[in-house]
Amino acid sequence: MAKITFITQDDEQITLEADSGSVMELAVENGIAGIDGDCGGVCSCATCHVHVKPEHQAKVGEASEIEQDMLELDDEANEYSRLCCQIEVSDDIDGVIFKVAH
Amino acid sequence: MSLTVEQTCIIIGASHGGVSAAFALRKEGWQGSILLIDSDPCLPYHRPPLSKAYLTSSDNVQPQIIKPEASYEKNNITLKLGVLVTNFDKENQVVSLNNGEALNYDKLIIATGARPFIPPITGIEQAKNLFALRTQADVEQIREAVTHSKHKRVVIIGGGYIGLETAASIKKLGGEVTVLERESRLLARVTSPEMSDYFKQLHISNGVTIETNQNVKSIQNIDGTQVVCCENEQTFTADIIIVGVGIRVNQELAQQAGLTVENGITVNEQCQTSNENIFAIGDCAYHHNKHYDRWLRLESVQNAVDQAKISAAVICGKDVSYDALPWFWSDQFDVKLQMVGLATGYDDVIIRKEVEEASKFSVWYFKGAELLAVDAINHAKAYVLGTKLIKNKTVINKTQLANEELPLSIDNLT
Repeated sequence: MAKITFITQDDEQITLEADSGSVMELAVENGIAGIDGDCGGVCSCATCHVHVKPEHQAKVGEASEIEQDMLELDDEANEYSRLCCQIEVSDDIDGVIFKVAH
Repeated sequence: MSLTVEQTCIIIGASHGGVSAAFALRKEGWQGSILLIDSDPCLPYHRPPLSKAYLTSSDNVQPQIIKPEASYEKNNITLKLGVLVTNFDKENQVVSLNNGEALNYDKLIIATGARPFIPPITGIEQAKNLFALRTQADVEQIREAVTHSKHKRVVIIGGGYIGLETAASIKKLGGEVTVLERESRLLARVTSPEMSDYFKQLHISNGVTIETNQNVKSIQNIDGTQVVCCENEQTFTADIIIVGVGIRVNQELAQQAGLTVENGITVNEQCQTSNENIFAIGDCAYHHNKHYDRWLRLESVQNAVDQAKISAAVICGKDVSYDALPWFWSDQFDVKLQMVGLATGYDDVIIRKEVEEASKFSVWYFKGAELLAVDAINHAKAYVLGTKLIKNKTVINKTQLANEELPLSIDNLT
């Protein structure tokens, strides 16, 4: 079981527990504001943009090429950006904090 | 209109459009009841994966739901699933259901979408294992039929996106797949000859048989074997038949109620129909696209979600209007297609390839100097750059675009 925390644009902090699925699915299931996941998790819509806390980046990993391309012209994109439909929930990311980008 | 708890908004249709509208209403401050009605008994689910990942998943995998049940409860959205709206009365503001209920509304959102068109082919009514693909139940039946079929000979009538995605998925399930397309090329209604060729080659190289210029005339049972017969007398044995030849808009309720209906339910840029208390969104809405200055209907998740947000905001008194650039996606085999814009009316095409990345390319459609649309194959960057350039109506340097030696970037294109 991994504990994952989201911080929304309104600075609301929500910690959730899960053991499988994507981080996007976890966020949508729990109504995290700013994570829509309109494409269902196939990296086509960029509506699940998060910033990984810098100190957690090693745990989560960097954005893949397609994520970087999808975010290329996003004003909020930075080196900690990820599309969280591409991050799998597992014990490896226990304790990670994601800041919702929009 | 001030928002009060006594008011009711009824939404007919609980797919992407209807569900998004319900949640958007709460977000915009709607205080009253929200009733979300659909004849499909399943908790609202994502449709795009049906022909893709869901079709190839194992039996015990659940479809991807749009929102969990608890979210509806938390947002005080009442789901009425598995019931059919028989009609609505716009003068008395009442929606009638097939279970005898009559529900009053202050605002009504029609998000009824579309249904598969079943062409009048001789013998189609009697055909065995014949399916359309629109709902979760359709896909579960197709998957079961393919799994239990001995020879797994699958004939797909229609070489559009649904037909091709289904072909790729059934191939993955071990089927022997033939796609019959009436036109001279695949995807004829929706894309350019260049893209049609690409997808034809993709499917052929993955073992799918593609037959173009095949107009299906009848489905016959010859000595216990089901065959699909075409106008040119060619026949194709079919243990299973999938029909993917387009849709019919679910606009009859609106028509009967006396709303203006053309190619879909006509709406203004606030997604409002000819009646001020009734809105229409998504696949069923005939609307004006500002960017292309054209009236159209779009069949996509993005459009359903965009119009849902507009209708909800307008109902809650916000001054907003619809102004979106259409985009779409399709996944077939290991290829990711992303499309932005509408290519209709193009007079020039540039095919952009990438040095040392043979799996990636993009097709750029122009009318004179104006970039109309981009189709990107395994190339999210081309899709993203195209989106920005189309939105801003940027005039781009076509020579540089065609030059593979120059990296694809805004700077090199402008």
